[in-house]
Amino acid sequence: MDRFDPLIASGIAAAIPLVYAALGELIAERAGVLNLGVEGMMLVGALAAFATVAVGGGVTIALGAAMLAGIAAAAAFAVLTLTLQANQVAAGLALTILGTGVSAFLGRGYVGFRAPASFEDLPIPWLSALPVIGPLFSLNALGYAAIAMLALTAWFLFHTRTGLALRAVGESPAVAHALGLRVTRIRYAATLFGGAMAGVAGCYYAVAQFKMWQEGLTAGNGWIALALVVFAAWRPWRTALGALLFGGVTGFGLYLQAAGVQVSPFVLGSLPYLATIAALVAVSASPQLLRRHAPAALGKPFFEGD
Amino acid sequence: MKKIWRALAAATAAVAFTLGGTTLGGTAQAQQPLRIGFIYVGPIGDGGWTYAHDIGRKAMEAKLKGKVQTTYVESVPEGADAERVVRDLAAKGHQIVFTTSFGYMDQTLKAAKSFPKGFFYHATGFKSSSNVFIYNCRMYEPAYLAGIVAGHMSKRGTLGFVASFPIPEVVRNINAYTLGARSVNPKITTKVVWVSSWYDPAKERQAAETLIGQGADVLLQNTDSSAVLQTAQDKGVYAFGWDSDMTAYAPKAHLGSAIEVWGPYYTLVAESYLAGKPFRQNIWWGMKEGMNDFVSINPIVPPAALKQVAAKKAEIVAGKFHPFTGPIMGNDGTTRVPAGKTLSDKEVDSINWYVEGVEGKVPGK
Repeated sequence: MDRFDPLIASGIAAAIPLVYAALGELIAERAGVLNLGVEGMMLVGALAAFATVAVGGGVTIALGAAMLAGIAAAAAFAVLTLTLQANQVAAGLALTILGTGVSAFLGRGYVGFRAPASFEDLPIPWLSALPVIGPLFSLNALGYAAIAMLALTAWFLFHTRTGLALRAVGESPAVAHALGLRVTRIRYAATLFGGAMAGVAGCYYAVAQFKMWQEGLTAGNGWIALALVVFAAWRPWRTALGALLFGGVTGFGLYLQAAGVQVSPFVLGSLPYLATIAALVAVSASPQLLRRHAPAALGKPFFEGD
Repeated sequence: MKKIWRALAAATAAVAFTLGGTTLGGTAQAQQPLRIGFIYVGPIGDGGWTYAHDIGRKAMEAKLKGKVQTTYVESVPEGADAERVVRDLAAKGHQIVFTTSFGYMDQTLKAAKSFPKGFFYHATGFKSSSNVFIYNCRMYEPAYLAGIVAGHMSKRGTLGFVASFPIPEVVRNINAYTLGARSVNPKITTKVVWVSSWYDPAKERQAAETLIGQGADVLLQNTDSSAVLQTAQDKGVYAFGWDSDMTAYAPKAHLGSAIEVWGPYYTLVAESYLAGKPFRQNIWWGMKEGMNDFVSINPIVPPAALKQVAAKKAEIVAGKFHPFTGPIMGNDGTTRVPAGKTLSDKEVDSINWYVEGVEGKVPGK
């Protein structure tokens, strides 16, 4: 069985940043804000984290810097779409393009050398030696925190008043407004939270998983996180399931190659994206399911008036 | 609104005029240094392939101080974009352009047609023309030497190779590495993972982790970054530097570096042009001509391995040893090179099969 342990470990490692990014986007979407800029926010977060450790900051400061960078990027999006009522799809795409370009430009000096500090694996004695589930108990701090974050998000959304308010804003901003909820303020908070989580995901790539900086370090995973939210039907725990699935598929291609299985590496390389499309098609096959779970006001601007 | 447009138009005209003016002034001046352009596939900070070319560029500039002036464009994707950059450099008065990645081949040829007076040199390709010449380095020689060291250092008898694209250049390096290792320990096998990229440190790292996870304990890569080496250090196994000396990236894991030395060639091409006899040869140089080397061997490598490496190196330089000399078996059980025969350059340049000991099949074959 230990032959599969590396596969499981790499699947979990690839899933963790997806969980963060997807949870952030899930909260934003539950409040009715569709932010397609996840990839861009992740990249500025990743660069901020790497730049911090590169100048001698510790990993905790790097995490803070990444969250701040993600929040700053999300704030730009929020001002455009929530205050100035710009189209969310267009603004989100612009944010991704901007984040990709800005991080590539500012990151030129950091290319090629390893992160001087990084999140190290913290195996839990005994548990980490178990077969199959062992890798789940030898994560780094961000990995364990991701599990806590899943529980926290689920509890917040479905078991707190604020969570209820957030969902109300995403379902029917007009009703929420009539009830006295501050729709725009809640949407701002949800969007900024999404930015912070995308920043954490970026930080994970830069100073936990790859321990380096390169242009486009996140390699399109922001888009997979977006797809995961739909795949999970806007439920926090299901994002973890989806993330493990997609993370596993990424590592699976390389694993098969090293094991000497004869499949074209180009096909294997496209597996995660093919899996994403397949999963989305499968979920969309039942329009009822999507309609029942999608926040009704997703992507629709709301103007509170005076 | 109209005013803004008018102001913009005026500004554009002014800029265009100034630019045009300087270009005219530039060409009118006598005794201009020779302008040479370089196109790189990765950033100069990749620590590998592009870094090695940039060292070569700087060496040439230092040698021909004042006589040449160089420009480089980094991180140019292979494909259509490359043609635009080649044209751009040629149009801006670069009499010589070096295009330093395999995937620039057709783009270089196409662009060169429009500039018949320019000279273009394309690295690692196989197509040339009246003003496009190719240059390449026999990296399978240091790959073989790395294999010898790997053969001595591998405890589990499994080597790993992170490969870019299934082209002969890469396949023969996988073979040479395996042949070198099996000259020490005939039971050694090599696992190969293809990442479909020359420069993608994140993916190179994942590939290295996968190989290590499946038991490989000495890795080599035919990709351009130091990611594989760094991963090896993190996981407590060994690896080599490729293209450039990578000791500094992972001093513990680094067993040695297979490097390219481009400076002398770049200098020769520039000097020939300055002397009025532009360099018109396609070259494929190796250890003998000093275009590659195997350097910075880790002190933990046992003396027996050092001795063997030194002996083989001397034989390669003297032209007495060629890694692809028979008998060589393919990993499909057939005899690929009969005893006493050595593959010709043409055959070496079209290898699309694995030697015995490499696992799997060459993709697409």
